[in-house]
Amino acid sequence: HRHLLELLKRTTIHGESNSALIIGPRGSGKTALLNHVLKDLMEIKQVKENLLELFTKNHFLSGLLQTNDKVALKEITRQLRLENVVGDKVFGSFAENLAFLLEALRKGNRTSSCPVLFILDEFDLFVHHKNQTLLYNLFDISQSAQTPVTVIGLTCRRDILELFEKRVKSRFSHRQIYVLNSFDFKQYIKIFKEQLSLPAGFPDETFAQKWNNNVQRLSVDKTVNDVLQNLFHYTKDMRSLHFLLMLAVSNVTVHHPLITASDLQEASKQYRMDSKANIVHGLSVLEICLIIAMKHLNDVYEGEPFNFQMVYNEFQKFIQRKAHCMYNFEKPVVMKAFEHLLQLELVKPIEKPSVRTQREYLLMKLLLDNTQIMDALQAYPNCPTDVKQWATSSLSWL
Amino acid sequence: MPNLEHSAYPAATLLHLESLVPCRESQVSMLLSIFGERQQLSFPSIFIYGHTSSGKTYVMQTLLNTLQLPHVFVNCVEHFTSRLLLEEILIQLQNRSSETKEAAHVPCDTFNDFVRLFKQAIVSQDLQDETFYIVLDRAEQLREMEANVLPAFLRLQELTARNVTVVLLSEIVWELFRPNTGCFEPFTLYFPDYSIGHLQKILCQNHPPEYSADFYAAYINILLGVFYMVCRDLKELQHLAALNFSKYCEPVVRGEANERDTRKLWKNIEPHLKKAMQTVYLREISSSQWERLQHNEGEAGQLKGLSAHAHVELPYYSKFLLIAAYLASYNPVRTDKRFFLKHHGKIKKTNFMKKHEKTSNHLLGPKPFPLDRLLAILYSIVDNRVAPTANIFSQITSLVTLQLLSMVGNNDQLDGPRYKCTVSLDFIRAIAR
Repeated sequence: HRHLLELLKRTTIHGESNSALIIGPRGSGKTALLNHVLKDLMEIKQVKENLLELFTKNHFLSGLLQTNDKVALKEITRQLRLENVVGDKVFGSFAENLAFLLEALRKGNRTSSCPVLFILDEFDLFVHHKNQTLLYNLFDISQSAQTPVTVIGLTCRRDILELFEKRVKSRFSHRQIYVLNSFDFKQYIKIFKEQLSLPAGFPDETFAQKWNNNVQRLSVDKTVNDVLQNLFHYTKDMRSLHFLLMLAVSNVTVHHPLITASDLQEASKQYRMDSKANIVHGLSVLEICLIIAMKHLNDVYEGEPFNFQMVYNEFQKFIQRKAHCMYNFEKPVVMKAFEHLLQLELVKPIEKPSVRTQREYLLMKLLLDNTQIMDALQAYPNCPTDVKQWATSSLSWL
Repeated sequence: MPNLEHSAYPAATLLHLESLVPCRESQVSMLLSIFGERQQLSFPSIFIYGHTSSGKTYVMQTLLNTLQLPHVFVNCVEHFTSRLLLEEILIQLQNRSSETKEAAHVPCDTFNDFVRLFKQAIVSQDLQDETFYIVLDRAEQLREMEANVLPAFLRLQELTARNVTVVLLSEIVWELFRPNTGCFEPFTLYFPDYSIGHLQKILCQNHPPEYSADFYAAYINILLGVFYMVCRDLKELQHLAALNFSKYCEPVVRGEANERDTRKLWKNIEPHLKKAMQTVYLREISSSQWERLQHNEGEAGQLKGLSAHAHVELPYYSKFLLIAAYLASYNPVRTDKRFFLKHHGKIKKTNFMKKHEKTSNHLLGPKPFPLDRLLAILYSIVDNRVAPTANIFSQITSLVTLQLLSMVGNNDQLDGPRYKCTVSLDFIRAIAR
């Protein structure tokens, strides 16, 4: 935090050019850090007069080549409020355009040039532009000391430096600031308490007091600790904690004004639902039989891809030998159930369907694994017993 | 008993809302608590997933319309490129205030322009205080568009710095949506499938007024009994219920039985429903054809040959050709000698064959065969002598055009053309009759 602040101060007050990269996993607070630093910066009086900010976010790719840098450049022009100056001028290259913009800035501000701060969010996407022109020019200007320019990039990829071209890399000052979630569980609980407590300025004093006491009680409660421990082991970032808390807080109504431990448990269960198991829960019995047939095929042939005909064969074997309650459906009906599974993307074809192969012989893979299937079967309502038995049987009769 | 309570909305509207969405009260109350009051910020993005026709679109639309929340509803299959999608959102946004629904075309190429135009539009419509909802139906198509569209929509609240929430509806689970480097995770909500009790309750709501609710409930019971194992899709079941109800009522109408005679009604309707499963459920015949058949049919058994396959009439030699092609595709070459010659020797089972016994040809699909083999098999199965005239060859080509055979390999092969048979055993049996 302090480094960043120092860096930015140096640019704006002393006129130095710099570049830096802020790297950290998703949800670790990079944007929040930057915003905080900028807020602090704006409070320093000297800075306020000089600083021109540029938030250039999220210039995503469209796969087309030249348009990306053009879009970026148009956006820069717009944010610097220089459209009328640029007008209809046609520029030879990107560099000329950028130089012109900065020149125009200088003219607008009497004596010295105005320091410009470029902030690039989702930095790794800029790296994929053609020739990395934008990056090259920005870093070039930051090295060549004409106008004081600072380029700050925010990204979640650690290998960002390898993605740079050589010329871009050499112009970059290699200053990297890592933002990592490096707290342990005790601090995590403290953060939980802080997040959940009401601030002092809350209008209803008594309620705030009750609420904060409740939060204090929760943070030492064992079940709550278990819930938080589970989440902490899974992911450390703040966003998931926020989701969990939002889920718990959304249960607060007039009749239920304080959060209880069971609220948090409910929220945790909902947050960690296995979505595929939910989908399997909603399938019809025929589709469940098809999935069990595929599971058996996977077991026997050790994961090799199968096609519809094989699955249908397995299903027929089951019907003839073991089933008492399943009616023997016609092949097109079974095909329709299979296509429903395809539509839900529980089964995926290995290659794109072409004219050559018929639909029934297209090779597929199952995207569920055995434990998921068995768990889902346990939860499945009204499952006929022989279907369940078939699922758990080994294939001694093959 | 109103289950849905919320301080921001009047109780009467909530009661009305509840009547419109049976069996979905808990989901609606969860959504309401997330939405909060009108001017409060909500989650930046919400992802709702559930089975086909589990009510996602319907509940979303009823909720937003009844509570009069400002929203835009776009189907991603209809607007399948990013440009169409973004322009549609802007057009709908503009049309909210104007009475005349003229769509002033707003050109919007990139997401960058969209963000800018969106901010302007929000200001011009005075919607800065309320949460604005963008609902994208069939969101799995977003994955097929450019790579920036999905992550940008998830972060729209942050990018535009306005009070907007994006709701994505889809059948496919979130894990299959996530981009490679991660993205801003939305709030996922699951719409569970309807249980059999729920299905009954919802289907019984549609009963026609002439008959009593109990009568209709019994009918729905029978229908679910036949179809529940196969299909739980509410729309399909509704369609089937509507089509078959008149047949169910026939005995009552004709005066043969009264409403309570469940056994007679069951005997009447059961074969009918079984036939329906083979035909209308599979969409092999259209519903109007089905209704006409219901009126016309005298005796049962007429519906057997209704599938499209039986409508193909082939000349004499073509049938033999097709059967020969099927045999050529599915029998390995080694067995030809044994099946088709008068004096055959024994075939030794080699090790190769033992290993591959389990994967019979029937499971793996048809194999290609050269033309000569086809002719050889044809000669041996047809009783009288067949001369290799141009007639035979042209019949082969017409079978290829009908896509009953398919040509394998390039056109200029040195060994002669190779073919593959693309029909199934049932079809062959139907022809061989």
